[in-house]
Amino acid sequence: MAEKVGIYVCHCGSNIANMVDVEEVARWAGAHLKDVAVSRDYKFMCSSLGQQMIEDDIKNEGLTRVVVAACSPHLHEKTFRRACQNAGMNPYLFHMANIREHVSWVCEDKEAGTRKAKALVAAAAERVKRQQPLTPQTVQVNPTTLVVGGGIAGLQATLELADAGYKVVLVEREPSIGGHMAQFDKTFPTLDCSACILTPKMSEVGQHENVTMLTYSELEEVSGSVGNFKVKIRKRARYVDEDKCTGCGICTEKCPRKVVDDVFEAGMGNRKAIYSPFPQAVPRIPVIDVDACIWFERQKCRACEKLCPTDAIDFEQQDEIVELEVGNIILATGWKMFDCRKVSQYGYGRLPNVFTSLEFERLCNAAGPTGGKIVLRDGKTEPESVAIIHCVGSRDLNHNSYCSNTCCMAALKFGHLVLEKTNARVYSCYIDMRTNQKEYEEFYQRLLGEGMQFIRGKVAEVTDAARLPAEAGKLIVQLEDTLLGKQRRIPVDMVVLMGAQEPQADSREMGLKCGISCSMAGWYTERHPKLDPVATMTDGIFVAGVCQGPKDIPASVAQGAAAAARVQGMIAKGTVTIEPIVATIDEERCSGCRICNDLCPFNAIEFDEEREVSHVVTALCKGCGTCVAACPANVISGAHFNNDQIYAEIHGALWDALGDDGSAGQASPEPVESAT
Amino acid sequence: MKYAYYPGCSLECSSAAYDVSVRAVAELLGIELKELDDWNCCGATEYFSQDELTASSVIARNLALVEPDLNQLVAPCAACYLNLKKVDHLMGEHADLSAKINQALAAGGLRYQAGRVRVRHLLDVIHTDIGEQAIRDKVVRPLTGLRVAPYYGCQVVRPYNGFDDPEQPVKLDELFTWLGAEVVDYPVKTHCCGGHMTQISEPQAFELHRRLLQNAVEYEADMILCMCPMCQLNLDAYQNRVNGLFNTHFKMPIVFFTQMLGIAFGIEPKKLGFGKEIVAAEPVIRAKLAPATQPSA
Repeated sequence: MAEKVGIYVCHCGSNIANMVDVEEVARWAGAHLKDVAVSRDYKFMCSSLGQQMIEDDIKNEGLTRVVVAACSPHLHEKTFRRACQNAGMNPYLFHMANIREHVSWVCEDKEAGTRKAKALVAAAAERVKRQQPLTPQTVQVNPTTLVVGGGIAGLQATLELADAGYKVVLVEREPSIGGHMAQFDKTFPTLDCSACILTPKMSEVGQHENVTMLTYSELEEVSGSVGNFKVKIRKRARYVDEDKCTGCGICTEKCPRKVVDDVFEAGMGNRKAIYSPFPQAVPRIPVIDVDACIWFERQKCRACEKLCPTDAIDFEQQDEIVELEVGNIILATGWKMFDCRKVSQYGYGRLPNVFTSLEFERLCNAAGPTGGKIVLRDGKTEPESVAIIHCVGSRDLNHNSYCSNTCCMAALKFGHLVLEKTNARVYSCYIDMRTNQKEYEEFYQRLLGEGMQFIRGKVAEVTDAARLPAEAGKLIVQLEDTLLGKQRRIPVDMVVLMGAQEPQADSREMGLKCGISCSMAGWYTERHPKLDPVATMTDGIFVAGVCQGPKDIPASVAQGAAAAARVQGMIAKGTVTIEPIVATIDEERCSGCRICNDLCPFNAIEFDEEREVSHVVTALCKGCGTCVAACPANVISGAHFNNDQIYAEIHGALWDALGDDGSAGQASPEPVESAT
Repeated sequence: MKYAYYPGCSLECSSAAYDVSVRAVAELLGIELKELDDWNCCGATEYFSQDELTASSVIARNLALVEPDLNQLVAPCAACYLNLKKVDHLMGEHADLSAKINQALAAGGLRYQAGRVRVRHLLDVIHTDIGEQAIRDKVVRPLTGLRVAPYYGCQVVRPYNGFDDPEQPVKLDELFTWLGAEVVDYPVKTHCCGGHMTQISEPQAFELHRRLLQNAVEYEADMILCMCPMCQLNLDAYQNRVNGLFNTHFKMPIVFFTQMLGIAFGIEPKKLGFGKEIVAAEPVIRAKLAPATQPSA
């Protein structure tokens, strides 16, 4: 019996209709394509009325297949599958042709757009007739969640889940949780102390009965899929027994080796070879830096071991691989600071009194290397004038084109701290002042009132080449004041560079491990930028905080909580349906060559030694099709993407090239001989 | 290594010292420079502001003259280097301009395809192609004790910064470190010398010269090293006028970097064009440097 296909072409308001003659496509499909019983166009196919129309046609016209030509399946495939299901049709007998992202949004010529839309509709109509009914699999969701990154976004996500009664494993690369927020002094716009609002959360996480904390550890490997991930975590050797250590700190106090702390103190202060990054560290268990430790350098010392009251020092400790099973993963891996040396005209690294914003945070911090005194690089002189340069490495096509989002507000905060703590004049050299969140603009107004000087212009150069007597011994900031329309030279004692937020150096690598993608800049790509900002294209993997794009503390916290809420939804439901789009091997015809075994990126193919054939573990298969293409005997078929369906789709797409009179009737492909 | 060589007009006369020192040093380093046959003026900075198409065609003629078996063209003059590079770039970007230029070139039986010739500055060739070890090996009279201020000017590193950081270039600094000199890291090394501003407004131009000279003095440089004839001419020839205008006492030798490279390699000063500069450099060299330990290879 011939199939009865329904074709539904969407206008998407004017999104599609502007560049595709939608009515013509629908009329043409009804008149020319084979086995088409109904062909309609509609303003918004995804609306409830549009869906109702499809459901009615299935029931009244006896449709056996449905094609919707509209937007990307990412957006509405689920919607239309559900509509088909409501009308009693197997949802996998539906197919979507993307004539928005693939046609109207990228075409400049309506006639050509219409022609391309027809080709895609013809392709879909040919393919849909060969689709087979499939049944999704249901799997249990493991209620334990892995959170990667112990900055404020990760901490928020961890606490939300743990407080809701679910187990969380929190992995952090550094010896302590806390992230960048632990380095800051004050937070804008309220100026409350960063540590005061962060450390309670840190200790709560540290003590929470539902949280397993793995610090000084890194996520190494992820396998499995939503609901049932298997992860491997490398727990780096601390050389301190976590069970015995009480965090008394004697080892750190007595350690004779002092080195510059490039991480927590941003190079502004020192630490010992055995250290905790800061006094409120969680956990309070120190680590030994093998690159600094005298024992690892020349087998001498072991002072820490001799003096430890609980014998917790263990020089024999090795890295440990921890294997865990979790249902969902939240990535909150944060950011790194742009290397300000790259903007060489600003002199960072060359001119001593040019500081990065992270260095300046440490200068301001009461627990920092200067006890919160704002002083020049000599460690004692208070500056009489400070220039803060915005957009260093952001909004700059030579480096990063994006806006880093946080620097304007941080610069205002710095301005306030300089005015509060010193008698210095303070200049902000900005391109545009971006203070567009709750109470941010008010903070800008406050700084205008406090006497911070604002100069609009991109700084050309910071130099110590004086031209006038008043410039001698100063750093001169040269810029065009675009409001005055004049070049200005501002002599100051100190310059602070507001460096860009950049993705972590290994963000792409981490993305690959978890099967999610990055933007050009290296930020993780969310499922939808507006409507689904914390989910990713891989089910069960969520993102939160700056790893998804530059953002400040409130926004990071909001995303941490949002990701946790999404995960809670998954856990509360308890099960998840998995697409039945998987590969199957015809074991009767499998020669046992095992080529597919190694190619499978998900390790989903096992070899049966006894019967000498391979078979697919359906729960692990993601339907990527690699094995289908690779099988030399042509005995692996991919459900929903078998050769028959794909050849039909190609024949359909070529309707105008294949048919004598341009009709799909002529061009309609004969079913192709294939192994599947 | 063989390169096509475009000396440019300045090197024929006002900067003859640059030309002779380039040839002397190149020979010693095994850089074979084949001068373009019948090359013409690059038009300097002026022609481009008059008529872009004609200016480009005049320059493209030089590119077209590069013999088919060579694909690299060395230009020691900053303006020539920039112009040649610019036209190659423009022809690659704009097919219509390229077609018009080739129409003009066809009148002389020539043709140029953008990208065929790679335009190089001599500093790039010496630093990159010859490299540190080969340079160090050739040094017979280390410049130890001599404080040099490398002066990059505008045009070599901007806007086509093929081989160095456009804002904070270091290649000339590195080269002279290899020769044993004390390199002065002074902040104005990419600032403008005024170019042809002396012809339009002397006070403006002299102020720019003063800044450069002043900064080099403050950083206790013994001499300024140039890689552009215009820079050298401005700072050298007008130094006395600057002194007169600002009541300063500059006596800063301004030499081409190839001249000092030659000194380090033990080449006799007179073969390097010394003596043509207005602020004499040789007294400073004699005072600061030990004589060559062994004759030039």
